[in-house]
Amino acid sequence: MPLLRIRGLTHFFGGLRAVHDFNLDQEPGELIGIIGPNGAGKTTVFNLITGVYRPTEGEIFFNGHNLVGKRPDQIVSLGIARTFQTIRLFKNLSVLDNVRIAHFARTRYEVPAAMFRMPNYLREEAEVRERALELLDLMGLADQAEWVASSLPYGLQRRLEIARALACEPRLLLLDEPAAGMNPGEIAELMELIRWIRQQFDLTIILIEHQMRVVMGICERIKVLDFGETIAEGTPAEIQSNPRVIEAYLGEEAI
Amino acid sequence: MNALRAFWNRVRLFYESWPPLLRRLFVPALLVLFFILALVLPQAGVLNLYQQQVLIYVGINIILAASLNLVNGYMGEFSVGHAGFMAVGAYVASILTVWAFPRWGLGEYIPYLFPVALLLGGAAAGLTGLVVAFPSFRTRGDYLAIVTLAWNMIVKSVLENIDAIGGPRGFMGMQKLTTVAWVYVWVVVTIYLLRNLVYSNYGRGILSIREDEIASSLVSVDTRKVKITTFVVASFFAGIAGGLFAHIIQFINPRSFSILKSTDVLVMVYLGGIGSLGGSILGATVYTVLLELLRPLQVWRWVVGPLLLVLLMIFRPRGIMGMREWRFLVPREERSQAIASIKEHIRRKREAAAPVPVGGSSD
Repeated sequence: MPLLRIRGLTHFFGGLRAVHDFNLDQEPGELIGIIGPNGAGKTTVFNLITGVYRPTEGEIFFNGHNLVGKRPDQIVSLGIARTFQTIRLFKNLSVLDNVRIAHFARTRYEVPAAMFRMPNYLREEAEVRERALELLDLMGLADQAEWVASSLPYGLQRRLEIARALACEPRLLLLDEPAAGMNPGEIAELMELIRWIRQQFDLTIILIEHQMRVVMGICERIKVLDFGETIAEGTPAEIQSNPRVIEAYLGEEAI
Repeated sequence: MNALRAFWNRVRLFYESWPPLLRRLFVPALLVLFFILALVLPQAGVLNLYQQQVLIYVGINIILAASLNLVNGYMGEFSVGHAGFMAVGAYVASILTVWAFPRWGLGEYIPYLFPVALLLGGAAAGLTGLVVAFPSFRTRGDYLAIVTLAWNMIVKSVLENIDAIGGPRGFMGMQKLTTVAWVYVWVVVTIYLLRNLVYSNYGRGILSIREDEIASSLVSVDTRKVKITTFVVASFFAGIAGGLFAHIIQFINPRSFSILKSTDVLVMVYLGGIGSLGGSILGATVYTVLLELLRPLQVWRWVVGPLLLVLLMIFRPRGIMGMREWRFLVPREERSQAIASIKEHIRRKREAAAPVPVGGSSD
């Protein structure tokens, strides 16, 4: 049974059709890439899955749960975490706090317990503190744990965004252009990181990316969007030789 | 400025040279000492009635500023009707001590029941906070400012039109129950509780809403619940402050809780610094004392507040303490030393297990 099943997903912004009839079956553990020119509707698909937008039509099933109509925080709790195309860290908070916030839904104590420092609050806080630091240690960010997030260099900010998403303990991770703005060295490091977290955390991943090197290098299956339509689907090799994809990317003249 | 910093550093070094146990007991000991002073000094006649009153106002304003800071500073929303909640607390606590307690045959216990009256006043204010918050947080942005502004006006006109509690003439008959010692206790309790909240994961949820609400909900924060809860907590403490206020001036009327009062609290919050409890303590103290010192200027002193706010926005938009905190207000387990020792523990555990294959910037 697929972990993520999307059927007939369609979304309009006013009169503009951003996504049309998007379908997806993703098995647990699979790494799927979504590519397409700017404005093709890739990020909109992520926003629909994570509940930021409510789809005009279609259904999204994750692990047997219908996601349509659920709030973003409920969807995260079901096991879907994501990063953003433009980095959206909590800039004025520390690196450690950025990661700890991702434990919010799993914190069981209530406000009075926190205010009066009840035993369950102290226990859970100590647990969250240690787990967050452990994750930062794994991601190579432990030394910067007390830095303000905005003071991190760009590459580490990207890394922290991934760490924050991992702290949500997802089964499905949505990465929205993680290589944007990176140099070739950083991109190689990123690919290594994605492979590693996938194995380490037993993740199913959907990756939106412009850098062909990244997509072709690590994805098992690729979907190509153009103007909201799915124009191709297949293995990296199939996609590379698909005339419709070349047309969408390079223009009709190039063929 | 530099001399001041050098002096402060020297004080800190001296403090750090103390044995750990002494350091651990220092802040609690200081708090107890201040409590004794707050109890003894007025009785011994060292502080005259006027000075006592100023101190009490400082305390009440600290509670108001710190609680409003939770909404405006930590959460980044803009509430402008804090005096409305203060009014609810003031009237409910007053009605309890003037009418209800004597009628229930508890007249002689009123001084002991004062905290109960305050808590019930706070609870009533918190409840109205819930009523205001519920519809207001459906959308984001200036909406809350408009709703709270309206709320403040509604409270004032409702109070003016209920004849049973004096209407525009006001309500009186309260005993002078608010003392320096009582206010001190409430300030310490308020700051302690708010600090604990702010440094919990719930508090981090509050902060994340200010930073980026969408991202916050996408890392599992139930933003609507956090916003409503935070607003209720802030209203509760405003209600407590209102009860204290009513039992020092012993006469309240709806005009005491107008938009002007709310504006005063806003100035204190932004003067002291958003997202900082230390800032609110500082802002409330400086502003209250300043206005007292400027009494000779008469009406002109009301120019000072707005002027201060304008200058502040130009030169130091985050306020004196913006987003920074006094060290003693940071829980021990959140300080660098504690974090460092956990990191050390993790590092040792990892090295004991197996070398990590990938993923370190140190690789």
